[in-house]
Amino acid sequence: MPAPVSINKDLVAASSTPLVLAILAEGDSYGYAILKRVRELSGGELEWTDGMLYPVLHRLERSGLVETRWEKAESGRRRKYYRITEAGREQLADERRQWRTVDETLRKIFSVISECASDGSPISAPNRG
Amino acid sequence: MEALFPPPIGVEPMEKDAVDPAADALERQIDAWRAHLRRSRAITAPDAAELEDHLREQIASLGEQGLSEDEAFLVAVRRMGAIDALTREFAREHSERLWKQLMLSGDGESGDVEPSAAYGTREMWTAVLLAAAAAATIKVPALFGIGFDDDSAFYPLNISFFTLPFIVAYFALERPLPRSSRLTLAAAFALAAVVVNLFPFPSPAGGTQVADTLALTALHLPITLWLSVGVAYVGGRWRGNERRMDFIRFTGELIIYFVLIALGGGVLMGLTVALFGAIGLDVEPLVGNWILPCGAVGALVIATWLVEAKQSVIENMAPVLARIFIPLFTLVLVAFVATMAATGRGIDVEREILIAVDLLLVVVFGLLLYSISARDPVAPPTLLDFLPLALVGTALLVDALALWAIGARISDFGFTPNRLAALGMNVVLLVNLAGSAFLYIRFIRAGTPFARLWSWQMTYLYVIAGWAAVVAFLFPPLFGFE
Repeated sequence: MPAPVSINKDLVAASSTPLVLAILAEGDSYGYAILKRVRELSGGELEWTDGMLYPVLHRLERSGLVETRWEKAESGRRRKYYRITEAGREQLADERRQWRTVDETLRKIFSVISECASDGSPISAPNRG
Repeated sequence: MEALFPPPIGVEPMEKDAVDPAADALERQIDAWRAHLRRSRAITAPDAAELEDHLREQIASLGEQGLSEDEAFLVAVRRMGAIDALTREFAREHSERLWKQLMLSGDGESGDVEPSAAYGTREMWTAVLLAAAAAATIKVPALFGIGFDDDSAFYPLNISFFTLPFIVAYFALERPLPRSSRLTLAAAFALAAVVVNLFPFPSPAGGTQVADTLALTALHLPITLWLSVGVAYVGGRWRGNERRMDFIRFTGELIIYFVLIALGGGVLMGLTVALFGAIGLDVEPLVGNWILPCGAVGALVIATWLVEAKQSVIENMAPVLARIFIPLFTLVLVAFVATMAATGRGIDVEREILIAVDLLLVVVFGLLLYSISARDPVAPPTLLDFLPLALVGTALLVDALALWAIGARISDFGFTPNRLAALGMNVVLLVNLAGSAFLYIRFIRAGTPFARLWSWQMTYLYVIAGWAAVVAFLFPPLFGFE
């Protein structure tokens, strides 16, 4: 079993916007359910402090990427639901392109260095022709 | 930011005879947790409700996995994150909430989920309607041909009756004012209005000055009637120094807010004239006859409402100003006395000297009043208490010098109503300040309660209002309405 990956705080923060927007693109949701979904998707490896989700959601709301409404949940309590807006979808598409670029770039260089590693040649001394 | 380290959660004793002790304990734990959250201004009631919903969901889910309620609560709280970290995060996201916003009073304290827009709206409409009524009323005399710019002394004499009743009405509508107080106040205003308008002041025909006694009445009447506003302000319960001190605080804030609104109004009127001037229209008469008077009386009512609305939201400004200016005025007075002593210059006795010294005493009285209004009455004396004392001491010294200089020549001048009124006000304030200085020294040296100073000042309000009433109502007949 692989050791649990602990993800750097900056990376968690950077990925929170696309992640939340993408989950809301699946359908309207509320705080607890969003977190549950994050946990499912990451196999429990992307751990957020629960409370920190809310400032993120509020920031998205303020930027007009999501909108909110209060509804009565089956428990009888009032619950705040979030829905992605058109601007949110555009932002999500944009984020997607950015993350894909980062992902592809990293993949390429990672595959190069892993080939080097399997060759046995030193990683730290790049070939200067 | 307050309460960075909330006391540990979940240590409240459990009630033994509760119907369902476990559920009850959980509810109380959640209550305590919510209370900690709400201590930060960055977290509003809706935010707290949202977080609470999350917490309950989490507890329920953990409960299904077999944890006891206590355990589930602790795990859920831990997952939610430390409260101070959470509030810091909210504060970063909602920094505007750390600035107290008076107009956005939608943050219902009762824990309701949605911002209750109704909060404060009723008071606001009361104020707006009363302001409109005041603005309309001040133009009513125009229907009978009485303008602002003609020689008639109607407006100076009656300005109290166009302004103060609306402030009284605001309080009468906003707080339970006993019927007897309502009737007394209405009777007092009606009586005052009838008396001053029946005074047979000579009508200032064609360029002659208005009678001195009329000017004195116009000046002193608002001071007397202001006490009636105080009665309305305290809801008819005028007894008790605390309530009266509240009224003093209200007065200070009202002046500050009115001045602020007046500054804005000045800019508005200046721009109005300039804009219409740009298209070749002279709107100055319109501004002078309508916007200025209607705006001024309306602004007074609006300022009243603002002071009431912001009472618990924003720190009182008057004591802050008093704290800033007490040392500065003291310095100026000390420099003045020192210069007099060094150069040997005496006070040049002129007609205006009494007025100037009176104004000085009024300012010192105000500074002292507002500095003691903000002082914790049970705190022991500190070095800072010497500042007001020094101010009062030097002011008394300057006043004594001025009175001494005048005293030598008062018989040359003769006792005109103006001079007698100025002298009377001087004596009234002199006695007040001397008494305050005495009580201040007793407080610093002998530890007599600071509250004695309060009650001295609060009782003295009668003396000030009484003297103003004497000048307003007795001087005209005494001096033959001249």
